[in-house]
Amino acid sequence: MDWQGQKLAEQLMQILLLAFAAVSFGTGYVLGSFQMMMLIYAGGVFLTTLVTVPNWPFFNRHPLKWLDPSMAEKHPKPQQQQAVSLKKKPAKK
Amino acid sequence: MHSFGYRANALLTFAVTILALMCAMASFSDNLNHPSPSSSVQVLNVNWFQKQPNGNDEVSLTLNISADLQSLFTWNTKQVFVFLAAEYETSKNSLNQISLWDGIIASKEHAKFWTHTSNKYRFIDQGSNLRGKEFNLTLHWHVMPKTGKMFADKLVMSGYRLPKEYR
Repeated sequence: MDWQGQKLAEQLMQILLLAFAAVSFGTGYVLGSFQMMMLIYAGGVFLTTLVTVPNWPFFNRHPLKWLDPSMAEKHPKPQQQQAVSLKKKPAKK
Repeated sequence: MHSFGYRANALLTFAVTILALMCAMASFSDNLNHPSPSSSVQVLNVNWFQKQPNGNDEVSLTLNISADLQSLFTWNTKQVFVFLAAEYETSKNSLNQISLWDGIIASKEHAKFWTHTSNKYRFIDQGSNLRGKEFNLTLHWHVMPKTGKMFADKLVMSGYRLPKEYR
């Protein structure tokens, strides 16, 4: 899951759960049935789990673009040179 | 949110938090209900009335209890516990409460009832003060919700009097 997919998953999870809570509470109150509220909410939680927990393809539409390997060769890491100079110092003394 | 376990955990905790909120709201919605229960009790007969060897008065009554407690039930009510108490004042105690009958009402359909019964629990005074005693019969009830706060209230019915002599 890419970065934007993670953001989408979290927002989807929160919105879906809140929406199901509102719907189930309203239905339960109007019908006068506590059990109906619990059943609708349980169904909502199950559905939200199915939508947001597995790593679905639509969470992976924005893959990270890493630098090309050829670019890395042109700009070698500076740490390598420092490491060499550090090794040499004690040899001089 | 980067892994399966993280998402499952976040979803579960958020879902349970909302569930707690829904339960709190359901309990709060009970306050919108304004019940109007009614009840009446007749003392049909004094079966016997005597002084025990240890000096305490005991009386046995036949009662006809009828009540309509349907308005106590809301969508958040699990059951209603109801009991009938004889209440009177003596020189020793400013309030004597003796439970004579009780019952558990499991649903609204059973909340309108009448019953013809002798006292389920013994009516014994702490001493010998019952002759000619005026007493109240009070119907107490406790509303037990599915979730949240428990309610209790009572209905006082006055004007009952025990006979002046043992029988």
